Amino acid sequence: MAFKLNKEKFRDAVLELIRLTSTELPRDVIAAMEKARDNEEPGSAAKSVLGSMLKNVVMAKADSTPICQDTGTNIHFVTIPEGISLRKVEQAIIEATQQATAEAYLRPNAVDSLTGKNTGDNTGVMAPYIHFEEWDDPAIKLQLALKGGGCENVSTQYKLPDTSLKAGRNLEGVYKCIIDAINKAQGLGCAPGVIGVGVGGDRATGMIMAKKQLFRKMGDSNPVQQLDDLEQKLLVDLNKLGIGPLGFGGKTTVLGVKIGAVHRLPASFFVSIAYMCWADRHHEMLFTESEVSYD
Amino acid sequence: MIKLQLPLTEADVRQLKVGDEVALSGIMVTGRDEAHTWLINDKPDNVRKLLEGSVIYHCGPVVSKTDGEWKFVAAGPTTSIREEPIQADVVKEYKLRGVIGKGGMGPKTLAGLKEFGAVYLHAIGGAATLLAKSVKKVTDVIKLEEFGVPEAMWILEVEDFPAVVTMDSHGNSLHTKIKADSDKIAKELIGN
Ligand code: SF4
Repeated sequence: MAFKLNKEKFRDAVLELIRLTSTELPRDVIAAMEKARDNEEPGSAAKSVLGSMLKNVVMAKADSTPICQDTGTNIHFVTIPEGISLRKVEQAIIEATQQATAEAYLRPNAVDSLTGKNTGDNTGVMAPYIHFEEWDDPAIKLQLALKGGGCENVSTQYKLPDTSLKAGRNLEGVYKCIIDAINKAQGLGCAPGVIGVGVGGDRATGMIMAKKQLFRKMGDSNPVQQLDDLEQKLLVDLNKLGIGPLGFGGKTTVLGVKIGAVHRLPASFFVSIAYMCWADRHHEMLFTESEVSYD
Repeated sequence: MIKLQLPLTEADVRQLKVGDEVALSGIMVTGRDEAHTWLINDKPDNVRKLLEGSVIYHCGPVVSKTDGEWKFVAAGPTTSIREEPIQADVVKEYKLRGVIGKGGMGPKTLAGLKEFGAVYLHAIGGAATLLAKSVKKVTDVIKLEEFGVPEAMWILEVEDFPAVVTMDSHGNSLHTKIKADSDKIAKELIGN
């Protein structure tokens, strides 16, 4: 069945997705933060800071204002039915982004790297970033993440083998890189973070895989047993670092670790680490010809 | 939770230690790169009274204006380390009792805080709406035209603005301590 795209309807639906993502945290992230808050020592700065973050989440939702003023890089993962025009979808997303900026759901965040000039509407070369895939369903799935600058600055990439960490080209090596990266990040990425990891790929595809992990549910399990084991182990061990919320010390340094693997060249073995701050803003929309739904 | 009323005295500040949670009320001033450079290069006199005993907040807010009145819509902290080269000089020159931001600062600032009797307060990164709500009134703005909204010096009346002391006036930095501990644990986990 051919899918006919109503561009205006789609654009409005994307605008709502942007508003939702900027102003409301996903329920599973809120639940993870509540659990973390309850788990911290009574009277600790960690506990009260997590409490304030959660209070901020409630206020932002009630007022429909951005959870954090850094509304970040807009990353769209779009899955479309066969035959849909990518250009039309892209154009609708761009228009929705401009409108969302005008309505203050997004802060103007697209700066020309050569002149330093801010475009003022969050659009520019590869901004917003849109990644396309295709599926059989007669619907467009759009996943959006808003990823802030503070946490992107502590995101990083390793090349294995890494002699300083004595990290080889295996999952143990991957483990060492992740411990090292989160330790180096301290509180700077607005901990507690959610850690997306891409194992393998080239420098770009590995990082895309890492960012894709950020759309997974907090409590899910990895279908690949080896990776699932590694995720569980890292979640426990990273929280032993004691960095805590915003680096004030405490039991919660990360809320989750999600790892995906990409095929690589025989000559390269990259570990790409995408640090997402506690303001882990991402949502999903399903757009069919007759209705729109959000997660 | 320790309630602090701005302006602060040296005695107020000397009793604070790292890890203390505070709630600030009174008049504070925002300032980022442009403001810090201006304060050191031009040494403007019109802000001296304002800054004495007060705190400078590393914040580039989102603001709105209705009926001629400014309002803070989002007011989270920005990364402080950029001001490291001159922060201590600004504290000294303007008799500030504190600096608010995120991420902590380096040894030069830490030494300055100790010498002049001031603290570094870490605000809640990302809690933009919550912090904006503790801003009761924007009483004035300095250098708005020249510096633009994020870099201008906004004079704020705040009530119970929450923060944590992460660098005190006795030479202690929570950031240094947490890092030293976590470095040790990371080394054990990596196992080399
Ligand atoms: S790292 Fe996240 S929470 Fe922190 S300031 Fe940036 S976007 Fe906001």
